[in-house]
Amino acid sequence: MDITWYLVLSALLFAVGVSGVLLRRSPLVILLCLELMLNAGNLALLAFSRSLGNQDGQVFALIVMVIAACEVVVGLGIIVAAYRRRIPLNVDDLRSLRG
Amino acid sequence: MTQVCFFLGAIGCLGGAIAVIALRNPFYSVLALIVHLISLAGLFLLLQGEFLAAAQIVVYAGAVMVLYVFVAAYVGNVDEPLWEPIPGQRFIAPVLGLALFVELAIAITGSGLEAIDTRGPTVELGFGSPSAIGKLLLERFLIAFEAASLLLLVAAVGAVVLAGRHPSPSPGTPDDARGRDSATREGLEEVPG
Repeated sequence: MDITWYLVLSALLFAVGVSGVLLRRSPLVILLCLELMLNAGNLALLAFSRSLGNQDGQVFALIVMVIAACEVVVGLGIIVAAYRRRIPLNVDDLRSLRG
Repeated sequence: MTQVCFFLGAIGCLGGAIAVIALRNPFYSVLALIVHLISLAGLFLLLQGEFLAAAQIVVYAGAVMVLYVFVAAYVGNVDEPLWEPIPGQRFIAPVLGLALFVELAIAITGSGLEAIDTRGPTVELGFGSPSAIGKLLLERFLIAFEAASLLLLVAAVGAVVLAGRHPSPSPGTPDDARGRDSATREGLEEVPG
């Protein structure tokens, strides 16, 4: 398979993730859509790494996975804290930083 | 054979991704994301990223998704209101996503990169194996590796601080907090008198 196929697939996955962020209003699902976008980026990094025959892109993708894990941990922490304080879990209501 | 594997993986990926944004229950969205991640690990294997495929399944589909499942079960089924702050958001959002995809596809297919129209060069046997990635991480990308470990530590501490159970005074509603503030202010005023 040509590398172009992988790149187009990664563009499609990224577009699906963007639509999800624009469409959904539950913070949990928005975090899931962020994961979709990061994974689309990972796929593109691996495709480029294969097309160049260079493994640096794979290390980059690994670091992206670490960053994604950090983002998930902090995001889920905020969601749990908001739920404990009876703040409605809706991104239209979560607009002030002060809890 | 490669084509069949690619299209199976691509269908799994796309189906999982669309199910994530289409299902109303967040719990099912998390399960759809697991399907997406496992299909994506298959695509990583086709691109000779053996170590990344394994890490994807173990770290992402295993550990991170367990975290998601716990939080989805803890928070429960949050019903999203049908009221839309922006009129027509339901229809504008997919159109914007589609426009972004068309733009990216034009950029990819119209780019002058010659290497992406091939299958890539033939690589040696250990390409993307754990030993090769580990060697790169501990030699050339040592600073990135250490920074990532520090970031993970900070994120873990931050999550404990954010979501941990606060001792007294208990985190109440914002009204409670305001009441507490006024109470302390009154207490301060009483001290001079």
